[in-house]
Amino acid sequence: MRAEEYTIPQIRQAATNIRKRILGLTLERGGCYLGQACSSAEVISALYMGILRLGPSLGSRDALPFPGVPGPDNMDYPKGSLYHGAREADKDRFFVSPAHYASVIYCALAECGRISPAAIDKFNVDGWNMEMIGAEHSPGFECTAGSLGQTISMAAGTAHARKLRGDTGKVYVLLSDGEIQEGQVWEAFQAASFYRLGNLVVYVDVNFQQLEGWTKDVMNTEPLDERLRAFGCAAVTVDGHDTAALIEAAATPHPDKPLVVLCHTDAAHGIPLLAKRKPFLHFVRVGEDELAAFQAFWAAM
Amino acid sequence: MKIEINTHSKNIIRWGKLHPEAVVLSGDLGSSCEIKEFGQVFPERYFSMGIAEQNMVSWAAGLCREGLRPYLHTFGVFLYRRVLDQVEMSVAYPNLPVTFVGFLPGIMTPGGVSHQATNDVAVLRNVPNMTIFDMGDATEIESVLDLAYGVNGPVFIRMLRKEVPRLFPADQPMEFNRARVLSQGGDVALFSSGICTEEAMRATAVLKKKGLSIQHLHISTLKPFSDPQVAEAIAKARYGCIAIENHVTIGGLGSAVADTIAEGGLGKRLIKIGLRDTYCHGASKMYLLKKYGLDAMTLIAAAEELTGQQFGVDESQLEEIRFEDYSAV
Repeated sequence: MRAEEYTIPQIRQAATNIRKRILGLTLERGGCYLGQACSSAEVISALYMGILRLGPSLGSRDALPFPGVPGPDNMDYPKGSLYHGAREADKDRFFVSPAHYASVIYCALAECGRISPAAIDKFNVDGWNMEMIGAEHSPGFECTAGSLGQTISMAAGTAHARKLRGDTGKVYVLLSDGEIQEGQVWEAFQAASFYRLGNLVVYVDVNFQQLEGWTKDVMNTEPLDERLRAFGCAAVTVDGHDTAALIEAAATPHPDKPLVVLCHTDAAHGIPLLAKRKPFLHFVRVGEDELAAFQAFWAAM
Repeated sequence: MKIEINTHSKNIIRWGKLHPEAVVLSGDLGSSCEIKEFGQVFPERYFSMGIAEQNMVSWAAGLCREGLRPYLHTFGVFLYRRVLDQVEMSVAYPNLPVTFVGFLPGIMTPGGVSHQATNDVAVLRNVPNMTIFDMGDATEIESVLDLAYGVNGPVFIRMLRKEVPRLFPADQPMEFNRARVLSQGGDVALFSSGICTEEAMRATAVLKKKGLSIQHLHISTLKPFSDPQVAEAIAKARYGCIAIENHVTIGGLGSAVADTIAEGGLGKRLIKIGLRDTYCHGASKMYLLKKYGLDAMTLIAAAEELTGQQFGVDESQLEEIRFEDYSAV
């Protein structure tokens, strides 16, 4: 059982709210990872509000001053994983690999009541725990993920330990498609398949683009589904903006195999004004010439 | 001097019985890293990770987050050079108690440059939260797992395999961040680590006969490096200091001693003996020790340079040196 139950329309609305909030941040702060918010808003809201079985948040509702880096004398700092509730055998864990999606995570936590909406005001503000690219003190972050391709291995190691212990809860990972170019990701899928990790579920935001352009032009990774199956995973492809399909995909049987849900998305989804910039949506700034149009769009959202 | 065989293998099995949360990860070098026998005794605690070290390091971080204590086994080069970002971001930043058991430190392999961990200490000393131990003999190998277990954070061990001398009494285990005083004296302060300590013991035995008074400290904790005995030895050294290590002379033991001299304003000369900004090639241990000048004769030449004296030592005098036969407890 999840801590709270949400209807599909409520989760859809949450995705719209996330987009609106991050567009607001983009306009207010001079830029943000807005394309990632557009592509992943349904994926992340579906995970938090329709898929993950998490206990009630143990994290602070308010933003916190940066609690210091971990070290021998600082291991009890407030961790990002607290927002996912207590670690219990029947509860899920959720690892975010593309740390650039931090704003989407913070906003999704706000949508499901795990952090206060006012906390978002501290996003990317010096001295606070709500950085633009998070680490494991940031709300919603189980680990330090900014260097791409490592989180999948950490999550798989976690799933391995949980499987050995007999936990029934699963380990979920959010992955982005560009980082699948990292060799370590394939090492991780190879090992997760070898250790028959049927408790590992990976949602991939396949938005087909990365910093330098279309993924197929920067370094092709397709056909992803066939490659993943060849590595021993169960793989399904869904419309990453279809909330019901995203939730349904989590129920795909994957006995003794990791499950990968390839979520095909559009980095301009919900904000058509961005479409003409594709595939260059890694970090969105809105100049004076477009400010009025974006502000009007935001107001109408 | 007694030679012990496969000490780590025996020790980690003994130790594993006491610590059920300890698990081993192997990068397909289990039989080369004295861990195959552990896998036979504890098959359910031995995880084969294949030739995929990046995944192995981050995977260990995941296991560790769930309360297991991972011990990664492969050659040292593959635990820092190939995987530095994984070591830093997956393990060191969150300060997880993952232990890296890195075999073949420095020139300890005929495998050549790709297998020789010659700058691991330099690279890892500047990684925050990391603790580094360098094994000098069988007694240290027998005590290092207990020491590593007490460290709140990641540990890198420069481990020795197969035939290893027992230079120190078995009932005198290594201590955390505390040098072992091997000789007392005020002319020269000598710091040695790892396999170079045996060379240094030969050299000091001969030099003492020639009238040189040496404060010889064997260092097995390379990070942290704050044992007050080090600064005390430097301060009283009439002619200056020598550091000898199985590692490049930039960033290792010699550099740590240099920092101590400079930060303490101790104003002593230091001669650093080690690999002089070079890679090596594959050959036997004794050949490489002599070729790259990590041996007792190089140390004696350094003592001559520091003191301005000639001691007239030749190799035959070194070979006559016999150490006490310490036995296992």
